[in-house]
Amino acid sequence: MVLIHEQASLMSEHGHVLPLRIYFGVFFALLAGTALTSWVATIDLGHLNDAVALAIAGTKAALVILFFMHVRYSSKLIWVFSLAGFVWLVLFFVLILADYETRVPVQGWG
Amino acid sequence: MSSRTEGALAHHFETLEQQAEAGALGMWAFLIQEVMFFGGLFTVYLVYRTLHPAAFVQGSAHLPIDLGTLNTGVLIGSSLTMALAVRGAQLGRGKNAALFILATMLLACVFLGIKGLEYSHKWHDQLVPGLNWNPGPDADAHLNLFYALYFVMTGCHALHMLIGLALMVVVARKAWRGGYSPGNFLGVECLGLYWHFVDLVWIFLFPLLYLLGRHGPHS
Repeated sequence: MVLIHEQASLMSEHGHVLPLRIYFGVFFALLAGTALTSWVATIDLGHLNDAVALAIAGTKAALVILFFMHVRYSSKLIWVFSLAGFVWLVLFFVLILADYETRVPVQGWG
Repeated sequence: MSSRTEGALAHHFETLEQQAEAGALGMWAFLIQEVMFFGGLFTVYLVYRTLHPAAFVQGSAHLPIDLGTLNTGVLIGSSLTMALAVRGAQLGRGKNAALFILATMLLACVFLGIKGLEYSHKWHDQLVPGLNWNPGPDADAHLNLFYALYFVMTGCHALHMLIGLALMVVVARKAWRGGYSPGNFLGVECLGLYWHFVDLVWIFLFPLLYLLGRHGPHS
């Protein structure tokens, strides 16, 4: 118990307060990602446009969650919580698409 | 914003660290619920875009990519100032935190101003389903689905920003008056988490509404 307490206070004294360069680094990375995604959208990559835009958005989201929201420096429990919502959402999307993408019009049923 | 303790430890917690951890965890539980809320809207988008890809290409091509990009930058900037506000509170600099929250509020207002400008253009172009809808003879039969989703999704996002602005007034006041300390700044931290979540939603809304479908299957 004492050990856990000491660990926790150490974390809040040292691990939690991030140096300014991390915040500004993430900020400029997010701006670069925004410029990149707007630029890539003007190039026709066919179906890859969607994948590239979502990959860039996913990377930007990960940066915000890990650094601005401090999840990188948080407890395992917060990790699990922050992931749970997104995992559920992906499950949701996959099952919905599995339905809509496999529907075929049935002859004679309008 | 569960922390109402004026620099004190609530009686049901053993340490301030435990109290802060429980508070942040509760905020994350709330944010998961928010993920579900916006997830429902994103699912509607996914289904209708799958069913009517041409309508989404046409709708997306009407949105101003430059204003959308600019607004994304503004919102990312507001996330930075909010992160710096939380850092100020962590270090016990209440006035510093309050000023960064004020900067965040200014950027949020710039975002909402640009958003309002876009809305007014849509109204002028008669592209508001249900209220002012006259997209012309070349419009896809399902174009109204795209614009209905555009207004509902960006509208819900803007509503979250307005709620965030109201919370910022409360937290900035308390921070300015020295209501937080390095071991007890849960109000600022939760406000930060909320604001970064609002930023996250926009990070996905921007490509899905403004960019995706620009080079999809053209009708």
